[in-house]
Amino acid sequence: MTEEIIIAGFGGQGVLSMGKILAYSGIMQDQEVAWMPSYGPEMRGGTANVTVILSDERISSPVLTRYDTAIILNQQSMDKFEEAVKPGGTLIYDPNGITRPPTRPDVNIYKIEGTRLAAEAGNPKIFNMIVLGGFLKVKPIVLLDNVEKGLAKSLPARHHHLIPMNIEAIRTGMKHVERD
Amino acid sequence: MAEIKLMKGNEVIAEAAIRCGCDGYFGYPITPQSEVMETLMAREPWKETGMVVLQAESEIAAINMVYGAAACGKRAMTSSSSPGISLKQEGLTYLAGAELPCLVVDVVRGGPGLGTIQPAQSDYFQATRGGGHGDYHLLVLAPASVQEMNDFVSLGFDLAFKYRNPVMILADGVIGQMMEKVQLADYSPRWTDDDIERISGKWALTGKKGRDRHVATSLELDSYKQEIFNHKLQAKYRLMQENDARHEELHCEDAEYIFVAYGSSARICQKSIQLCREQGIKAGLFRPVTLYPFPRVPLRALSRRVKGFMAVEMSAGQMVEDVRLTVDANVPVEHFGRYGGVIPTPDEIVEALKKQIISAS
Repeated sequence: MTEEIIIAGFGGQGVLSMGKILAYSGIMQDQEVAWMPSYGPEMRGGTANVTVILSDERISSPVLTRYDTAIILNQQSMDKFEEAVKPGGTLIYDPNGITRPPTRPDVNIYKIEGTRLAAEAGNPKIFNMIVLGGFLKVKPIVLLDNVEKGLAKSLPARHHHLIPMNIEAIRTGMKHVERD
Repeated sequence: MAEIKLMKGNEVIAEAAIRCGCDGYFGYPITPQSEVMETLMAREPWKETGMVVLQAESEIAAINMVYGAAACGKRAMTSSSSPGISLKQEGLTYLAGAELPCLVVDVVRGGPGLGTIQPAQSDYFQATRGGGHGDYHLLVLAPASVQEMNDFVSLGFDLAFKYRNPVMILADGVIGQMMEKVQLADYSPRWTDDDIERISGKWALTGKKGRDRHVATSLELDSYKQEIFNHKLQAKYRLMQENDARHEELHCEDAEYIFVAYGSSARICQKSIQLCREQGIKAGLFRPVTLYPFPRVPLRALSRRVKGFMAVEMSAGQMVEDVRLTVDANVPVEHFGRYGGVIPTPDEIVEALKKQIISAS
């Protein structure tokens, strides 16, 4: 199994940390992982994206142009990455702020209202975990148990009391993701 | 069981330095390698192993601090990125001229000049030809994974002391910024004064104590003596070529076409090989692990049984010169590069192979 994923959105949405938690979850189930961020003169409000690869085999290129899954969180990223999903692949997006929804007929498209659900829960910080939950429902490539362990590894000990809240957010995302 | 962690290449350089018993790091921040010093400062190894971490006033100051520590037989290192490495060249040639061991990490970015902060491999010439003045070389290691960023720190120090020569880890922004699974090394203690006496007692500045004084210098005004010294350096470089040229081959057994690539380009080429083989093209990868000494012998051997080589690098064509100097003249050698901070894609590498070699022959 190899899953090549791009997560793309605004800086500040938790794109990079979502990728990191996913990568750590892969390690918890003995997979090879790579996490390759865009880096540059970026700042909050600018675009940010990260490539995450989980595989049972040695990972080749951390730099990709086609992905099994694209998790898209703003319009700029939709414009850039809709075409980059492999035929038969998966596109998950948050409709908030999307003015031109995806149209590819050869890709499985899912919607997760992460922004709305996080706002309703009164905690915008869990946005990325809701989206991660949506992804894991559609592509259960890592077990929730391993995500929990991954969270414990990627968060400093002083934030470990937040893990149940994050797992809850993932469950919320799993419940609300829907076929477009 | 050693620890498995998810870390950035740059962070791993710092962690590996602490764990291998490095005595001192002297640096100056520059993207895309600032995490090296950031991690060291956050880890505060001076409390744990006694390792010194110092942000110097400039790159030039940092490399000269390395010279001072190295002259005392200490395991000293610095890191920077391309423009900063250019500034360090005077110090590097002096270190090579004084035969002082040290480790230099270069996380390359696009140039020339201040260039860009995005990844590149356009400093191959500077790294492998001796970037400063005089007939000298650094021993250059090219990691292609975060794990190798870890492994090459202690290997680099070992080779530096084996040859009394500066060693460079030549990475790039991809390897520095990427996170992968890494198995960290166990802790080795820093060398004691007795260790230094035993390992480097013949030359290190450890206090005169009833012996002739040691001098760490690259100055010799008698030309004949300087020529003899240069002979010694050349003999050392020949030994490196004989004993420490390293490489890796992937899918070369049945390959008709070979990508030659190092560092992150070698990773991208691994994907290109998959794509090639899906299309029935038998492609393989030859990855130089040491860029100097260049692994000539195994590459030359391969050239007797393949149809062509494609050197892939994030430069306008630098390593390809070493490939051409190495392989049989009747085998085609082509170059594909993206540069200025642009990373080649696996697909365009396959297209280049088809167009420049397969269709052309």
